[in-house]
Parts: sequence; C-alpha cells; structure tokens
Amino acid sequence: MSSFMKRIVLPIILSIWPVVGWSQAIDTGDTAWILTSTALVLFMTLPGLSLFYAGLVGSRNVLSVVMQCFSIACLVSVIWVICGYSLSFGSGNAYVGDLSRAFLSGVEVDSVSGTIPESVFVMFQLTFAIITPALFVGAFAERMRFSALLLFSAAWVVVVYFPVVHWVWAEGGWLFDMGFRDFAGGAVVHITAGVAALVAAMLMGNRRGFPNSGPPHNLPMTVTGACMLWVGWFGFNAGSALGSSGGAGMAMLVTHISAAVASLTWMTCEWVKYGKPSVLGIVTGMVAGLATITPASGFVGPVGALFIGLAAGFGCFVATQYIKQTLKIDDSLDVFPVHGVGGMIGLLLTAVFSASAYDGLGLGDETIGSQFVIQLIGILATVVWTAIASFVLLKVVNAISPLRVSDDEETEGLDIVLHEERGYNL
Amino acid sequence: MKLITAVIKPFRLDDVRNALAEVGVQGMTVTEVKGFGRQRGHTELYRGAEYVVDFLPKVKVEVAVNDDLAERVVEAIIGAAKTGKVGDGKIFITELLEAHRIRTGETGDEAI
Repeated sequence: MSSFMKRIVLPIILSIWPVVGWSQAIDTGDTAWILTSTALVLFMTLPGLSLFYAGLVGSRNVLSVVMQCFSIACLVSVIWVICGYSLSFGSGNAYVGDLSRAFLSGVEVDSVSGTIPESVFVMFQLTFAIITPALFVGAFAERMRFSALLLFSAAWVVVVYFPVVHWVWAEGGWLFDMGFRDFAGGAVVHITAGVAALVAAMLMGNRRGFPNSGPPHNLPMTVTGACMLWVGWFGFNAGSALGSSGGAGMAMLVTHISAAVASLTWMTCEWVKYGKPSVLGIVTGMVAGLATITPASGFVGPVGALFIGLAAGFGCFVATQYIKQTLKIDDSLDVFPVHGVGGMIGLLLTAVFSASAYDGLGLGDETIGSQFVIQLIGILATVVWTAIASFVLLKVVNAISPLRVSDDEETEGLDIVLHEERGYNL
Repeated sequence: MKLITAVIKPFRLDDVRNALAEVGVQGMTVTEVKGFGRQRGHTELYRGAEYVVDFLPKVKVEVAVNDDLAERVVEAIIGAAKTGKVGDGKIFITELLEAHRIRTGETGDEAI
C-alpha cells in the first residue's frame, strides 16, 4: 500500500495543507527510477510495439504500421503539451480536467509532483498517452488511410484518453474518488485501446480475403518487439509506483510472473487445441499476461500474479479465437481480445487478489465484493464511453477524410500507395 | 542428348547434387520454384487464423546429359531425393536438340 499512499494519498495531503509546512522534497532515488521508467515506456512504443506489429503484417504494409506508431508518438506529444496534461491532471471537475495547465503552464524546473519533479511526472505520463493510441493501430492494419489515422488519433486522445485518465488517476476524478483500482492502466490504457480497436475494426470492415488475408511476414521481428515490450513493461508497471519503493519492486515482480505464466498458458492452449505450440502464441500470451497484470500490479502479491497470468493466457486465447472465428471480426492484430479483454480480467481480479487473504497488499476499507462492484462500474463506464466516442469520432473523420483505402490500393500495399517507399528492396 | 528436369524437396538438394557428381554429371542449373502436386498445399495457423498455402517451395534441378548417362542420372536423383512421403517431386525427360559451349564453340555431346 505504500505506493498507493505515495501516489494518491500524499499528493492530496500536500495540496490541502501546504501551510502545515510539509516540505515538498524531491527524492533523488524516486526521481532516478521514474526517469528510467519513462525511457522504458517510450521504448515500448518505439521501437517495441512498432516492431511487434510490423512483423505481423504483410511485407507490403510493414512501413505503414511503423509510420502510424511513430507519427502517433510525435502527434500525441504535441497535443499533450498543448492541452493533454491539463485535461488529464488539471483540477477541472469529476469528468475532465480544465485548461489551467495548458501549454504546461506552471511546470517549472523546480515544480514538484509527489516526490519527483513535475517535469518528470509530465514526461512519464506522456509515454502512456503515446502507447495507448499506438495500440489500436493493430486493429485496422493494412487498410487505413494515413491522414484519417492522424485525425482520428488526435481527436481520440482528447475525447477519450485524457478524460478517462482524469476519471481514474487525477485527484477529484469520479472513479478515483470511488476507490477504483487501476494501478498502471488496465482501464485507462488497455480497455480504451482495446474497445476503440474493436469499434474501428467493425466499422471499417475486414481486410480483403479475410480470414485468409496473408500470414505475418517476419515473426522474428515480432518476437523482437514483444521482448522489448516485456522489458519496457517494468517501467510501465513498476514506474507507476511513482517512486523507487518496495511497491515498485513488488510491481515489477508480479508483472514478470504474470507474463511468464500467461506465455506458458497460451502455448499450452494452442498445443492442446491445434496440436503444435507456436512462437507467435507464446509471445502473444506474454503480452496478454502483461496487459492483464497492469491494473493489479500495485495491489497483488506473487501468488495472485500466478493466478492472474493463468487467467490472462486462457481468457485472452479464448477471446481471440471467438472474435476471429465465431464473430469473424478482422481486428487484424487482435488488439481487443488481448488488451481489452486482458484489461477487464485484470481489473476484476484486482478486487480478489488485492485481499490480504489471497496474498494481496490489502483492500483497505473495502471487501472483495464491494471492491468488485467498484471495478465493474469502472470497466462499464470506460467501455461505454470509449465505444460511443470512438464510433462517433470515426464517423466524423470518415466524412472529412475516408478511413479506408480503395480495394486496389489495399492489394498494392500501403507502403507504396501511401508513403511511396518499400520496406524491402532485396 | 537429354534434358532431365527434376522438381524436388528443397532440403534434398545437397544429396541430389552429390549423387549427380558421383555418376559424372559436371554441371547443373538450380532454380527455387513453387508448386503443388498430389501433396497439395497446407494450412498454417497464426493465433487461430488459418492461412492456406497453395504453393509449396520446391527446387528445380536441370541437367543436360548424353543419352547413355540419362538412365543413371535418373536413378541417382531418385535415390537421393526420395523420402517416401508425398511431395517428393517429379522427374521429366525431354529430347535435347542442340547444345553449345559458349566459350569454345563446341557443340553436341562435346558441349555438355
């Protein structure tokens, strides 16, 4: 609970009673770790996620997904400075921040947030804002127009991501006040990205030839990216302790455990169902395990992580087969079943495995049942808001700039059609 | 003169090359090709998504030989390329009308 105290309770106390004379001292150890974590989380998107996705698409679309991830990183950085940080962490109301911190107003070299410089907090949070829209790139890979992607991503972070951050992580946010437990972004990052992915995939339609629309063109590239995600995720989860505390150490430990267990679980599910264990399967299980432990990572213990990893591997495997084979939705790189479903499973299990009786770090005044209800409310609110807002935004963007390339362009490949270059000139 | 064209499994190529060298073949042309016969294609699975591969990778070996060597060349290829499983490949034999060695201008059997 010390991380919870440091991240949530302490800032409140400091902001309410500054006159008491508590010094807002910068802790150099905390600062060093969050600087490091920030680099790790950016590394998850560039190049981790980019390579993970790039290897999964056809060779004629490899540059298009790299370009999408890279440009989103740049675009969101600019929006973050202009209004993103303010809409996320500005005081505002229970649903969205105000514009009092627009253009990072008030972020000076000696501004403090908790025990770290505010500049470091701003930068750390920015890397989360970057990876979230980069995640949903996988849903409409190989068919979305680049200009439409930029428009949608810019609008989406403003309408969906920043408000949800405010609900969950900002003082005064309605889910924050309710006691919703989302340590590093199960709802904020993974559900928002996953649900937006599903809506986009359904609205834009399947790729030509789906479900036989081509195998991954370079699985070693995908595995390389996945391994970068695993390492980067230590910054994502252990960094969310916002200090170099025991809570950060425990978050790193449970993160690693969940990734390992979920990898083995997915591999075993494939082995049993299809007869062979696949490389793509084991690394996808790993990503599912990491996404699922994300909301729980500051609240659960090692044994809880074993069970969360198991649920992640099995639940996300089943969801992936269901979306693709039964619903026949071409969420091309399985963003919803891995991130969306993983985030939901993790948030619900957070209520269970936070309990001291189940090896957790404690539930405070809540019981498992009451916390479970809070988690459920948080999940539903995030899903509903993300689905509605993403749907409307996609419709609006489509009216301005069509979302999808023509059939001929899709066949030719986005690299040449949209960017006039090829990934491979062999 | 005969042109012997063999389509074989790629991983048998080294054995076929060695077997041909043993019976006295001094040159050959090798091409990576794709195709299918009775083996048909196969299905790959990526996260449960099936991808049907219609054309399988094969290697095409072309050897031009004198008439008296043709039979032994065919036996050598069969001996080296056979695994006993479907998909081992085919051998085609065609009459070769002429052959020229570009460097010397030799023709016919001399040129092979």
